[in-house]
Amino acid sequence: MTDIIIGILCTLGALTILIAAVGILRMPDFYLRLSVTVKAATLGGGLLLSAAAVYFTDEVSVTTKALAIIFFLILTGPVAAHLIGRTAYVIGTEQWKGTIRDDLTGMYHKDSTEPGSGENAEENGGHEVPPAS
Amino acid sequence: MTLSGYIDYVILPILGLSLLLTFVRLFKGPNIVDRVIALDLLITVGVSVITVYSISTQESTFIDVGMILALIAFLGTIAFSYYLEKRGRK
Repeated sequence: MTDIIIGILCTLGALTILIAAVGILRMPDFYLRLSVTVKAATLGGGLLLSAAAVYFTDEVSVTTKALAIIFFLILTGPVAAHLIGRTAYVIGTEQWKGTIRDDLTGMYHKDSTEPGSGENAEENGGHEVPPAS
Repeated sequence: MTLSGYIDYVILPILGLSLLLTFVRLFKGPNIVDRVIALDLLITVGVSVITVYSISTQESTFIDVGMILALIAFLGTIAFSYYLEKRGRK
């Protein structure tokens, strides 16, 4: 019975990781690759680690370690993805030609990495622009 | 089919195929940020391979290596993004 549970968890995790790898190879630009990869890889690694946690149930320390790695992956994955995505936007990585919306247009000056330094920062910022009277 | 055999002949080849596909992106990647996330995914898949291998060989010590590797992946991505942002636009 335990073997069946472990086998199902391993299969799901491996297939999810395979989907992440296909996604990073096939997606057309960096932002889509990032969006596909991070979530799928975190889920796949989490499933495989929970398989290990189920397998080593008679050693509590190993189960705790596996759960700690899952927690750590879930905690750090989005942070790293956010940072590298922001860096990619700031250093000017090009977008896919099918991109229909970019909320950060004009928010960054050409030579600056500070948000709100561009010339369109006022009207694209979070606050309402008063109508010109 | 035993669990160990299933892992050795089904799960590990799937993970190896994922590693190969990620390596293609690591070599091809037009921008440096593509390479950074390919490296990140590579290490995450590496943690998964280590975990599955520790189930297959019933050696629970390998899980420690996976923990350290997950830590290094996070720190590497953070360091890459910090210095790339400092370098600014090409």
